[in-house]
Amino acid sequence: MVGERRWLWPSLAGPGVVWLILLFLTPFYAILTVAMGRIDPLFNTPIPEWNPIYWNPAVFGEVLSDLFGGPLTDTFLRTLAYVVTASMLALLIGYPVAYYISRRAGRWKIPLLVLLVAPFWINYIMRMLAWVNLLDTDGYVNQGLMLFGVLDQPVVWGSGRHDTVIMGLVYGYVPYLILPLFAALDRIDPSLIEAARDLGASPFRAFRKVTLPLSKQGILAGVVIIMLPMFGDYYTPDLLSGRTATRMIGNEISLLVHAGIGRTKGAALTLVLMTFVALLMLYYLVNVLRAQREART
Amino acid sequence: MTTVAEAPAAAPAERPGSLVGRLRGWASNPWGKPRFLTAFTWLYVAWSLVPVAIAVLFSFNAGRSRSAWQGFSLRWYTGDPDLSILHDPSMRSALVQSVKLAVLTMLIATPLGIALAVGLGRWRGRASKPANFLMLLPLVTPELIMGVALLLVFVHMIPFIDLGTGAQLLGHVTFTLSFVVIVARGRLFAIGKEYEEAAMDLGASPMQALWHVLLPLLRPAIVVGALVAVAISLDDFVISQFLVGDSSTVTIPVRVYAASRLGPTPATNAIATVLLVGTLLTATAAGLILRRARRREQRGGSAVEDLARLEI
Repeated sequence: MVGERRWLWPSLAGPGVVWLILLFLTPFYAILTVAMGRIDPLFNTPIPEWNPIYWNPAVFGEVLSDLFGGPLTDTFLRTLAYVVTASMLALLIGYPVAYYISRRAGRWKIPLLVLLVAPFWINYIMRMLAWVNLLDTDGYVNQGLMLFGVLDQPVVWGSGRHDTVIMGLVYGYVPYLILPLFAALDRIDPSLIEAARDLGASPFRAFRKVTLPLSKQGILAGVVIIMLPMFGDYYTPDLLSGRTATRMIGNEISLLVHAGIGRTKGAALTLVLMTFVALLMLYYLVNVLRAQREART
Repeated sequence: MTTVAEAPAAAPAERPGSLVGRLRGWASNPWGKPRFLTAFTWLYVAWSLVPVAIAVLFSFNAGRSRSAWQGFSLRWYTGDPDLSILHDPSMRSALVQSVKLAVLTMLIATPLGIALAVGLGRWRGRASKPANFLMLLPLVTPELIMGVALLLVFVHMIPFIDLGTGAQLLGHVTFTLSFVVIVARGRLFAIGKEYEEAAMDLGASPMQALWHVLLPLLRPAIVVGALVAVAISLDDFVISQFLVGDSSTVTIPVRVYAASRLGPTPATNAIATVLLVGTLLTATAAGLILRRARRREQRGGSAVEDLARLEI
């Protein structure tokens, strides 16, 4: 029976683990083999190189020099600027909302939570389509702004404007930030804030010295969890602008990978992006695992 | 809570009328009426949902415009002989492909994910930590990277699986799996080990305890996991797009994306609305089952709070 107990659990986990090794880990090796492979001179197609001994880092070096001081530098900096700006705006919008719902919403807490969760189940592409419609030259946004006298004539929002794309990113990803923030704020014991107030802290000071520090983990987790998909986003700029002026790294990768000859370069660029976001991923996972350990003990 | 209400004085005394003073009051005073926060929150909710509501509304527009209302009609759903969902073959095939992928993904990901959750939840071996880490990785990997990786695998490593339904299915299961595990794991922690241990004390083998005790207790989580798998598969865009084969393997989100770039008609809104109804119904069903399970066990709190706190 002890024997059965020993093999039962790993053998239950086995199929899932094997699946993830085959279809999640191995594919990353495939990126490496293509990025470090050669290009068939006759058919202009990438030839993956399975053996690390024969890996050829030429394309990889080419991509790095493109990114730092080459033709991809602008895209790289733009991606960084978009992601950082959109994340900060999302935090500015998300924090008050999460704070209100976790602490002050009273009987509205549950209905508001339902409304907060709703965007999760509305397709991202549809949420962008909604804005494509609204931002049409004769769409409701221009109509509204002209009605209130903000604009004299319609703005062409979808013509490679940074503000349109950043707004789209904020709109798209805020919901994913609010929920971890809500969870962190909801966990804070209200008696801690009462204690701070009883000891003479002003409400503002109690917020700054108690609530804010205690929600720091939630802030970081929320920001990281939206930065990760934003670094791999190509559909938001595609749908809301579609111009080269608003291209992100994701657009370059998606374009390269879908064109046969560019695939080697696309794979190399994906590798660079991966190393770039790996730090964020690790940070997040280490935090999750630590929280799990604490929850169990 | 009532004692709290009587506690310290309301807004900060300094500069009562000034903007800064009031801002400070809003930002922090836990006992006054947070008018600013209330308004801000409801404005946010409106901002996040009204654009989608307008998009849904225009799927019923009688005319071709997506920004000028020309009367109610079902033209873009059934009426139009060429462009409606019912009559446009590319729309119909996108609908079929989305549903097909979602059902197949659910059938594979649910048993695989439940077994993985039970295994990881109980297993305390040397390899259990790396396995747990591996399970969490897909949840934080940008989908673009997963899409590129899977595309390269199917093009260069497994040439016997063509791009299209097969590749899409394998991809969908891979990223859905971890979500099923997360759903089941929350429930596993809540159940604890006591029931199985009691069964084994009474002479059941671990296998019997698992089958006759743990699995029935897990039933709500299994159903919710399956529904979540359906909803996530329906909603996926990046993996479906990267692994698309011929035009018959285009799913609804991929179709909506293509149409949005090339000049959408209200029919685009209509097919997106159909998808919206599908995912929302699935998710609502999952939420209701969670709520019923909670009620039966007479636990406090609410299902949506659980869902909102559901972290990886």
